[in-house]
Amino acid sequence: MANILLIAEDKKRELKKVTLNALTFAKQAAEKINGQVIVLAVGAGISKVAEEISAYGVSKVITAETDGLENYIAETWSAVVADVTRANDVGLVCMASTSMGKDLMPRVAATLGAGMASDVLGFDGATFTRTMWAGNAYANVEITTPIKVCTVQGTAFDTAEKAGDSPVESFMPTIPEAKTRFIGFNESVSERPDLTEASVIVSGGRGLKGSENFKLIEDLADLFGGAVGATRAAVDAGWMPNDLQVGQTGKIVASDIYFAIGLSGAIQHMAGMKNSKYIIAINKDEEAPIFEIADAGLVADLFKVLPEITNTIRKEMGK
Amino acid sequence: MKVLVTAKRVTDPDMKIKVKADGSGIELSGMSYKINPFDEIAIEEAIRIKEQSGGEVIVASIGGDEAQTEIRTGLAMGADRGILVKTDGDVDSDAVARVLVKLVEKERPDLVIMGKQAVDLDDNQVPQLLAGYLGWGQACFASKLQINGNTATVAREVDGGIETLEIDLPGIISADLRLNEPRYPTLPGIMKAKKKPLDTIHPADLDVDITPKVVVKGFSNPPERKGGRIVADVPELLKALKDEAGAF
Repeated sequence: MANILLIAEDKKRELKKVTLNALTFAKQAAEKINGQVIVLAVGAGISKVAEEISAYGVSKVITAETDGLENYIAETWSAVVADVTRANDVGLVCMASTSMGKDLMPRVAATLGAGMASDVLGFDGATFTRTMWAGNAYANVEITTPIKVCTVQGTAFDTAEKAGDSPVESFMPTIPEAKTRFIGFNESVSERPDLTEASVIVSGGRGLKGSENFKLIEDLADLFGGAVGATRAAVDAGWMPNDLQVGQTGKIVASDIYFAIGLSGAIQHMAGMKNSKYIIAINKDEEAPIFEIADAGLVADLFKVLPEITNTIRKEMGK
Repeated sequence: MKVLVTAKRVTDPDMKIKVKADGSGIELSGMSYKINPFDEIAIEEAIRIKEQSGGEVIVASIGGDEAQTEIRTGLAMGADRGILVKTDGDVDSDAVARVLVKLVEKERPDLVIMGKQAVDLDDNQVPQLLAGYLGWGQACFASKLQINGNTATVAREVDGGIETLEIDLPGIISADLRLNEPRYPTLPGIMKAKKKPLDTIHPADLDVDITPKVVVKGFSNPPERKGGRIVADVPELLKALKDEAGAF
């Protein structure tokens, strides 16, 4: 039986939580095809990440580290992933659908001559369920190649629990010369949690009227230790950085509580947040589509009600 | 510099999509179509490069005869000529990439710029697949592109910030939303586009077998969300937040 290879992702050599959501997918898929889960961690100095994920009860964790793997480059990483795939009787290669997953996995598919499904929500052993049309349609797809590749929508799976130690082995990769070079990374500095990992998200849209008013959004988010999100309109206007965009082409989130404030609910925005558990919408236009999916909607001028809401919650929390 | 760009014909992203009752596909009657918005950004970027340093912009589309409309849109924006690779029925991203490999071998562009994903199937695969098949470098999700002779510097929108890569040319760039704001075709541009060359060829002419590796078996509607309750005022909203959402 073929094995499942999950590619681990890290941020500054700390395991990214979304890898654990993808691990739940991998474990479920392994049961369906009677295979085993192997995790691959690639990068110079990656052993700490490998150690972290080895506590989750997989058949083995493989590390691939050597000079030339300091920074992620699609060409080198895909070569390593393909080599490990071929050497380990792997039938399915998967990774969370992050910006790295989206960049890397199609190149892995090309290297292996494999078919690929993007943004997978489930696998029944034969077909993959995935989203299309900004999450407005689910498609069941069959991959006809012996090796299959997919990216996994992290929000569709629970975080895996620790499940016992797994053996860690190292793989000495051969690195092809890359035609791209890493120059630098300009990190968005924030003390708030990542959108994809936050349990409370407060998002603002065009109704905020300017970047200075996002303070109102941030104040409410900070009460819950939550994340701040924005619509494409707010990002395009330059009010908020691009990596805070929630939607089809931004981040797909599924928080416990999602505040949609001063945003109308464009199709592509709702595609990115409608799987949140409890949605609150505040908008002065009662016709705004966001109200159709909100658990509680308030038709009001956000500038009048938001400070009152934030202050009341702050008092109740005793902050 | 010779730049190859793509123009996929997609369903209008502002129209609501409905899955057919029997799950066999998407309800397309009354649907309007347009050029994939990300491809439009790619075409704009290619035209800007040409305006700055000369060269040629070729727009390719893979699809039915109708996709000539999207190619003409690219030509009206300022591209020089078009190629339609005519297919009937569905092609998967892998087949599209393999068709593009042949077009690249034929046209030998210095650069390929494509939208990062098509807004219908949301695959986000073709640029990466193409780069993989060609053995070229890839710089995906570009928000800034600067050509410096035989290399390009690309700012990429990634999780947690902006990454900068240097890529050898020829190479593959996929365009993200903030790379530029595409121009609208002008009336003279539209008139001129009608006279620009547009070749139609078939996958067989390129010796490509377009049998898909990924086959769609059926569609379903995502689970409906039961929303729509409007509360009267702030106290009622706070009560819902406290009692139903358990927020505080």
